Amino acid sequence: MTTRIFPSYKELTRDALRDSLKKLNPYALRNNFVILVTWFCAFTVSLYSLSFERSSFNIQISLWLWFTVLFANFSESLAEGRGKAQAESLKRMRSTMIARRLTDHHDLTSEQRVSAVDLVQGDVVICDVGDFVPLDGEVIQGIAMIDESAITGESAPVVRESGGDRSAVTGGTKVISDRIIVRIIRASGDSFIDRMIHLVEGAKRKPTPNEQALQVVLVSLTVLFLVAVGTLKVFGDAIYAMDSGASSDTLTFPILVSLFVCLIPTTIGGLLSAIGISGMDRMIRKNVIAMSGKAVESAGDINVLMLDKTGTITLGNRMATQFYPAPGVDPKFMAQQAYLASIADDTPEGKSIVLLAKNYGDFPDTKGEFVPFSAQSRMSGLDQGTIQIRKGASDSIKRWVIEAGGSMPEKIEETVQAVGIRGSTPLVLAQRVDNLNEVLGVIELKDVIKAGIRERFGELRKMGIKTLMITGDNPLTAGAIAAEAGVDDFLAEATPEMKLDRIRAEQARGNLVAMTGDGTNDAPALAQADVGVAMATGTQAAREAANMVDLDSNPTKLIEVIETGKQLLVTRGALTTFSIANDVAKYFAIIPALFIALYGAGGLGPLSALNIMHLKSPESAILSAVIFNALIIAILIPLALRGVKFQAKTADELLLRNLLIYGLGGIVSPFVGIKIIDQFLEWSGWL
Amino acid sequence: MNFLHGIQLVIILSTLFFLVLGLTPVFQKLLAAPLPDKIRKIFGEHVQREMNSRTYLMSLIAFHILGFFILFFMQIFQHVLPLNPNQLPAVTWDLAINTAVSFITNTNWQAYSGETSMSHFTQMLGLGVQNFLSAAVGICGVLVLVRGLTRSQTRLIGNFWEDLIKSTLFILLPLSFVLTPILMSQGIPQTFEGKAKIVQRDQSPHLMQDIPVGPVASQVAIKQLGTNGGGYYGVNSAHPLENPTPVSNFFQLLAILLIPAILVLVFGRMIGDVRHGRALFITMVLFLALGLWGSFWSEFNYGTLEGKETRFGIFGSTVWSVFTTAASNGSVNAMHDSMSPLSGGIQLFNMMLGEVIFGGVGSGLYGMVLFVVLSVFLSGLMVGRSPEYQGKRIETPEMIATVIALFLPSLVVLIGTAVTLTYPTALKSLGNPGVHGFSEIVYAWTSAANNNGSAFGGLNANTPFFNIGLSIAMIIGRFGVLIPVIYISGRLAQKIKAPKTSGTFSTHSPLFIVLLFFVIVLVGGLTFFPTLTLGPILEHFMLISKKV
Repeated sequence: MTTRIFPSYKELTRDALRDSLKKLNPYALRNNFVILVTWFCAFTVSLYSLSFERSSFNIQISLWLWFTVLFANFSESLAEGRGKAQAESLKRMRSTMIARRLTDHHDLTSEQRVSAVDLVQGDVVICDVGDFVPLDGEVIQGIAMIDESAITGESAPVVRESGGDRSAVTGGTKVISDRIIVRIIRASGDSFIDRMIHLVEGAKRKPTPNEQALQVVLVSLTVLFLVAVGTLKVFGDAIYAMDSGASSDTLTFPILVSLFVCLIPTTIGGLLSAIGISGMDRMIRKNVIAMSGKAVESAGDINVLMLDKTGTITLGNRMATQFYPAPGVDPKFMAQQAYLASIADDTPEGKSIVLLAKNYGDFPDTKGEFVPFSAQSRMSGLDQGTIQIRKGASDSIKRWVIEAGGSMPEKIEETVQAVGIRGSTPLVLAQRVDNLNEVLGVIELKDVIKAGIRERFGELRKMGIKTLMITGDNPLTAGAIAAEAGVDDFLAEATPEMKLDRIRAEQARGNLVAMTGDGTNDAPALAQADVGVAMATGTQAAREAANMVDLDSNPTKLIEVIETGKQLLVTRGALTTFSIANDVAKYFAIIPALFIALYGAGGLGPLSALNIMHLKSPESAILSAVIFNALIIAILIPLALRGVKFQAKTADELLLRNLLIYGLGGIVSPFVGIKIIDQFLEWSGWL
Repeated sequence: MNFLHGIQLVIILSTLFFLVLGLTPVFQKLLAAPLPDKIRKIFGEHVQREMNSRTYLMSLIAFHILGFFILFFMQIFQHVLPLNPNQLPAVTWDLAINTAVSFITNTNWQAYSGETSMSHFTQMLGLGVQNFLSAAVGICGVLVLVRGLTRSQTRLIGNFWEDLIKSTLFILLPLSFVLTPILMSQGIPQTFEGKAKIVQRDQSPHLMQDIPVGPVASQVAIKQLGTNGGGYYGVNSAHPLENPTPVSNFFQLLAILLIPAILVLVFGRMIGDVRHGRALFITMVLFLALGLWGSFWSEFNYGTLEGKETRFGIFGSTVWSVFTTAASNGSVNAMHDSMSPLSGGIQLFNMMLGEVIFGGVGSGLYGMVLFVVLSVFLSGLMVGRSPEYQGKRIETPEMIATVIALFLPSLVVLIGTAVTLTYPTALKSLGNPGVHGFSEIVYAWTSAANNNGSAFGGLNANTPFFNIGLSIAMIIGRFGVLIPVIYISGRLAQKIKAPKTSGTFSTHSPLFIVLLFFVIVLVGGLTFFPTLTLGPILEHFMLISKKV
């Protein structure tokens, strides 16, 4: 089930259209300097056209200037639309939620029904089957299955229990089995769900550091062009005055404003905020909640990636891959005994041994007494009358064999060592029949590297990202797995302190570090890392320390997070380059139009040589440029929302590609576009 | 242009190239080494105490204020000061301000004729000293930038006085000592006499003529080496005593680009990225080559010998005009006013780019680095990383400083020209009304705001309006760039240097050179395309249509 409501594309567009009209209020544009300036231009040109010189040309210019603003607004509204709808449903859920507060949490009868909004930090609530957890909290009693789909969209329920690393519950999730008692640790307004609402609404969105720096460039270009166009009026009038044969009536207010608006970076200015919002939205759609836009951006800069071995690089469990019978032991017999020792073993390792043994033939299900693994014996196995079968770590089996007067064959010791060097875990299988000990062989348990992970690491390396495997294994095992998985480096026998130290060391070298974590002892490292992704299944401490939370609790997600961060920056850079490159063609359209009559003695002047696009008339040239300038925003909206396609390439390859597409393309495309519009205007007879 | 010209050009460029290659390691060694004990003892301990960017800046500004007043009063009181054999009167206040600003900012715009306005005392101890010091300050800018890029987690960016002393004593003085005798050997005077009496050929021996002379050769040496450009004589290196022979012309040409070019490669070596220095060098060579090509094309098709010296011809004058405007030198050996419209346009464009095609001593390099910062900002985003330069993160404050430094001089040019056009008394200074007059005004403001100092000619700039207006332009052009550069360096020094990975794009590849080239053209072009259209481009098309 899901409580998320995603509106249809049609609804989104309709809402965005309505919203973009609302944003014609200049106050709504206060954070977008370039578009605010465009608004002001559209406003003044409209006034001018209506009161001083009401020509069809001027009115058309005004209209297209308004369209420029509208298209920019539309892009932002469209980007916000999705998040808004999501926020609405979250809000609805929050406001209708009823909590069952316990005034005394030892006394279940002290229950009061209150609105979730009225709860304060430290309140204790009880949640039965079917109840929603009202706010973020910690389970202090009980265990329950919880459906988190309202938050994560993931339908598989998760287990939450008191104590340990699985005690955190999120407001808005639903209990589907058993009963828990929860202490609220976050008051309403500051909970996870609230933060999510803010995030998806974009209300709390502050410009990220890179966005700010980019704004600096855009604002400065706007000022530069303001002066360039303002002084052009003075220059042009002066030169026209020198040539008494021509009049300077082309240098009108609407035309100069048109030139100005065409030159200022309206394309990127109009799409900048849509790019940022949709970047965040892409994260949310990947089920990653970033606490700030800055975190998303930092993700693009990561150059060291710390990954836990288990679950990220290897499949969760080790698998039996090979039997090595002791000298003189029949392989089939060894397989049979291994089968017997593991048939009642529920661990994934045990199951994999059974699976492997079945390759040697079918064995009867012999009844016996299962001896589970214990911390003291560090063995497990089966007792079957006088026959005892055991499997376990080589030293504990050795002890078990020697204690009954047996011995460990040298060949076995060698095999154990060889298996260890390969990075696998050796299990020794032995049996005791009537106090007679026999070592049967070695079972190789191997970490199974996830399919495709090696290629993934290769891509990361290409992108300049170093991978660092974190594992509790000994250095030998870790090294072997690291080599097999293709990670660049590993941290063996890792403790939380070692992780933290390593992060600090990398940062001192100028690296930006990303890591995932879930346990409370990961919290310091998560906080220290430049990008810390906490698993949603993790503890509250981990979630607090991280700057992103992965709702799917998938450790591989970090790689996608980095790609999304990079994509965001690439999109911004590409459209800025495109926007600036566009200006070349616009100059070649408008400047000849302004001065075509100069020194022409009534006809075409010498500067008509610059009209390399052969545009029909000065009016048509200017209007075409303005129309192109407005339309290009609309055309690029899908790109801004979707983001530039990301490819795992080296920076130089990426730069070449993007420069060709957005730099060269940015120079060429307006020449084509403006010419087409000019032809269309002539054909349609608009001018 | 013929085969002989081609050979001359090859000789000039290859000599320059080998000199640059040979001197680069020497320069690096001299600039990187600490001040020798003997010299440090003379100046005291304070010349070795490291400064943060604020102190560095304050010292630099104090130094310039002091330099300004000394130079100003030297001119005001030159009639009572010694070494004035020609008994030249005091300089007017507005001209004195203009000249003082002009020489402390390494612009060397001259609204006067040296031989009839400035005494030997003013020339040598005022203008000459500033020729050295203003160039040395440019080198200081480079050294600070190097420290900003190489140091990590410190606020200290060197000692201004130490940098100044080092640059003057080890770089500028020795080279001047080498160049001066060479120039003297070609007949450039070096004397304390005021006038030489000569008899013109084919004239009666009784008709003696007074030719002003003085310590010319030493002045010319540092004028070229320090990309100053302020001539001893009013017509600068077109004067037969300032640049008498093709040989003196050759050496002066070399001297114009020598130090700026070396500093580019030295910068690369000092920041530990030789290839980056080389990439910047190649980018500059590209601009220089295109400028030469365009100018030759225009001059040999549309140029005349009017306004040029016959001993240099069209070729010699054109090469010089490109060199002097590429480097922010500003000395001339022909009247730029008389050159063909497009080569005038190329001179203008060279300067409008902010004097980064080798540019002024030091200032050309740090100006170029600002373009690099802008380029890495845009392309850094395009490869999906927060922009960084040499491993140093470029953030909002650095970008603010960069765009101020890049755009401020351009704004001054545009606004200055516009004000002049609306100011009736200013227009009276025009030698040519019409489109060419417009170019003259644009040239004056461009030259001042980019600290070039060459004059187009035709414009009488010794009026209070131009003297004061252009002074302001020169100050903004110099400090509007230098202060942001020091500020940026101070911030960069505090940052940790991130290691290079395949995720950071190279700043030495051909792709980077092409990128940088286009960013420079685009910024310059977008700012000045309309201006150039109404000046040189319009003139060019008018010339063509007349010819047809």
